[in-house]
Amino acid sequence: MPVQAVPHEVTIEVNGSRRTVTVEARRLLVHLIREDLGLTGTHVGCDTSQCGACTVEIDGQAVKSCTVLAVMADGSSITTIEGVTAGGGDLDRVQAAFQDHHALQCGFCTPGMVMSVRNLLKENAHPSEREIRHGLAGNICRCTGYHNIVRAVESLASKGNVA
Amino acid sequence: MTISTGKRLIGQPLRRREDRKLLAGRGRYVDDIKLPGMLHMAILRSPHAHATISSIDLSHAKAAPGVRLVLSGEALGDRIGPIVPNWIIPGSKVPVRPVIAIGRVRFVGECVALVVAETLAQAYDAVGLIEVDYEVLPAVTDEAAAVQAGAPQLHENVPGNVTTLYKVKGGDYAKANDEADQVISLRVINNRLIPTCMETRAVIAAPEPDGTLTVYIGSQVPHMHRRWIAETVGIPEHQLRVVAPDIGGGFGAKMHLYPEDLLCPYLAREMNVPVKWWETRSESHQSTSHGRAHTEDIEVAFKNDGRILGLKVSTLGNVGAYLSNMATGGPTVNTVNFGTGTYKIDNYEAFSRVVVTNTVPVDAYRGYGRPEGAYIAERAIDAVARHLNLDQVDVRRKNLLHPSDFPYRPYGSTGVMYDSGDYQALLDKALAAFDYKGRREECERLRGSGVYRGIGVAAYTHMCGMAPSRRLAPGGFNRGGWESARVSIDSSGRATVYSGSMSQGQGHATSLSQIAADILQIPIEDIEIVQGDTRQVQAGHGTFNSRSMAVGGSSVHVSAHQVIAKAKKIAAGMLEVDENDVSYSAGAFTVPGTDIAPLTFAKVARMAYVGHKLPDGVAPGLDETVFYDPTGMGAPSGVHLAYVEVDPQIGTVDILDYVAVDDVGTLINPLLAAGQIHGGVVQGIAQALYEEVNYDPENGQLLTGSLLDYAVPRAEHVPNIRSLFQETPSPTNPIGVKGIGESGSIAAPPCMVHAVLDALSPFGIKHLDMPLTPPRIWAAVRNARAGAA
Repeated sequence: MPVQAVPHEVTIEVNGSRRTVTVEARRLLVHLIREDLGLTGTHVGCDTSQCGACTVEIDGQAVKSCTVLAVMADGSSITTIEGVTAGGGDLDRVQAAFQDHHALQCGFCTPGMVMSVRNLLKENAHPSEREIRHGLAGNICRCTGYHNIVRAVESLASKGNVA
Repeated sequence: MTISTGKRLIGQPLRRREDRKLLAGRGRYVDDIKLPGMLHMAILRSPHAHATISSIDLSHAKAAPGVRLVLSGEALGDRIGPIVPNWIIPGSKVPVRPVIAIGRVRFVGECVALVVAETLAQAYDAVGLIEVDYEVLPAVTDEAAAVQAGAPQLHENVPGNVTTLYKVKGGDYAKANDEADQVISLRVINNRLIPTCMETRAVIAAPEPDGTLTVYIGSQVPHMHRRWIAETVGIPEHQLRVVAPDIGGGFGAKMHLYPEDLLCPYLAREMNVPVKWWETRSESHQSTSHGRAHTEDIEVAFKNDGRILGLKVSTLGNVGAYLSNMATGGPTVNTVNFGTGTYKIDNYEAFSRVVVTNTVPVDAYRGYGRPEGAYIAERAIDAVARHLNLDQVDVRRKNLLHPSDFPYRPYGSTGVMYDSGDYQALLDKALAAFDYKGRREECERLRGSGVYRGIGVAAYTHMCGMAPSRRLAPGGFNRGGWESARVSIDSSGRATVYSGSMSQGQGHATSLSQIAADILQIPIEDIEIVQGDTRQVQAGHGTFNSRSMAVGGSSVHVSAHQVIAKAKKIAAGMLEVDENDVSYSAGAFTVPGTDIAPLTFAKVARMAYVGHKLPDGVAPGLDETVFYDPTGMGAPSGVHLAYVEVDPQIGTVDILDYVAVDDVGTLINPLLAAGQIHGGVVQGIAQALYEEVNYDPENGQLLTGSLLDYAVPRAEHVPNIRSLFQETPSPTNPIGVKGIGESGSIAAPPCMVHAVLDALSPFGIKHLDMPLTPPRIWAAVRNARAGAA
């Protein structure tokens, strides 16, 4: 029989707001984000940490949120795709480039892909095509064949420094 | 004001209207929906490929925390089901497929029992407490093995494991064989694939206070799912509402009827609460339909100048343990009818067998049968060129159809007709863009220095949007071929278009708006597209078979024209002139040759709704619904070229260039069209180089059970795709459009295989089966070298 789950309190800052949630020890961060906080822009596309649809920023670093237990994230600051477009405002430059280059089709991998591209450009403001393709190796897209995603990132790579 | 600029929107690379919400994380997929009191279903799946179930003990699961219901197949019995296919080739033997296995399991992943619990974690926990005793039976997973004498038998009513026999014949192959200078044969494997939509399947069924039931499901075919769920669960169809919200890819896999699609509605009605099921990725590998899985024996008869005289094909199509939705049609009609490809091969003979095995059911996946058919034609012609040591382009050009051949019925077929095309021009355009001559020379030059480069060529054609409806009956379909559209104008002159098509990422909110805007002559911002809700959309078939622009788009085209025809009548009344004197341009009704002031569309729309001054016999409202049944099918075509470098030491393939020239008729949105090509080509490259479902032939275990083991390509595994178009409008629909969604996945596999074989030609390697992984290439080179030594 399953043992009685012991609840744990987790406090994190998500998209600028401080949130405290009680979770089971086994709860993954992605499920905390989706189920407990209702931020459903972060997606679950696999169960082996292959696809990257759940990528968020933890303390400024892109991380697959299915690889992190919710309790491990206690005290951290997290940005999800909803935080990138705060308050339903304008798309950020990565999102805008994705729209302009038709870099999304079904949109399911897109939030994770956007988070990874932001991270990639932060680490390397002027990536080559090879560096872009390598930098996105953690995110699977099944619709676009990656062609237009690479075009979108290239358009930003050639525009100078990331703010 | 709703005066348009008059600029034609069809043909414009408009940015997508649906992107903003998806980019902002505000898409709404089934798994994002949370309903009050919702319970969670989890499935216990068979760990054996073939076994009888001796006993099931549900007691521990029932006692687990949060569990509300535990159910085995025996307990469910025949209260719902069985699951019946929609396309049954006449003469097929259809095995009974219960919703949950009763007494016997036939593939790893088949439903054995279910748990409904308050949380998903509780449901999974309880699934682990169900105890099942199995008696393992011998299993067979390979189609060629399954038809051998003595092979394990799956179903009593399917002796020899063959459900369906299918033959096509045209001309006289035996005579062609006699007259040929040479005949060669080859066996090709079309590797089994997993469609891998990034969003796995999910279903929520929710009882409504009024006694109806709403089912949220990522469906390519919402109205067909409504009918199938209603019939199989026993719900009056009008009391069932199917809602397909945003869908994270479909590729054919989300147009079938799966056990979970039936279990959630059944349980929600029984328990009177919303019930949700969400598929994990690893579950998906063993429960969502696979694709391809064919073995083809090909014999080709030809002259020494490269002219093909005849082609003979024998197909074995592996359809898994039960007949899924369209399973009998894939390896038969969809494959061997297209076996001669873009070439004039008058003498053709094909025989196809549909084979059940202890594997996940196989059904439509992007191209369904047409990739397999094109692979037959292309591997055959490439083998001839390689055998004769002739240039692969010259041999193709010698056999390609000419523009004067259209409309063309290959091998005198009654079922297949290519409506239009210009293959020679496609080839010329592709060769020029690719610099074939320069690269050919480069290949030869580099070989001298131990660099192995190769060029692959593939041409394809197929048919999209199966129609008209009356043609589907003799083929064994239990559905029609039409699509429905309603163009509803409001009292301000803005439009809502209700379409039976269903986008899974194709961008219909943009492309269908472009079609409507050109005819209504109102700004695209004044048009909303509604899909995926059977309560809102009158009727439909959905999106598959690359039909959405040719059939769905044409239905929007026709209904928008009907709106304008009626508006013209109302305008004539308002202007007090004869209807025939009224013309409509730039969003206003005018009477040419007079000084009568133009009347805007918005004013006419308002009049339609206030009804104060309508001509006699004209009813109020401006709202037209059509059921558009095409008279024929459009045939897209294309020529693709690939340039690769193979490292014979380690077997890797580097793709240096890929050029796709596709004729999809009238281009509605070139930006979106190229996107379809990019995605399709990469799925085709994936089949050629990376992806393959593996089963252990001894015990039927699925070895590629997760994304750890199944090689979906990443960005660094694939090249840029140079997508070019040629527009030969289809005469079969009013827009002139042809299907596009499947083109890339049809052309790319043979194109890539030919490129690798070309690179390996110095080693004398004439054939390799997909996927062309490094170990496979390395072994072939090693064997070739050993043989030469």
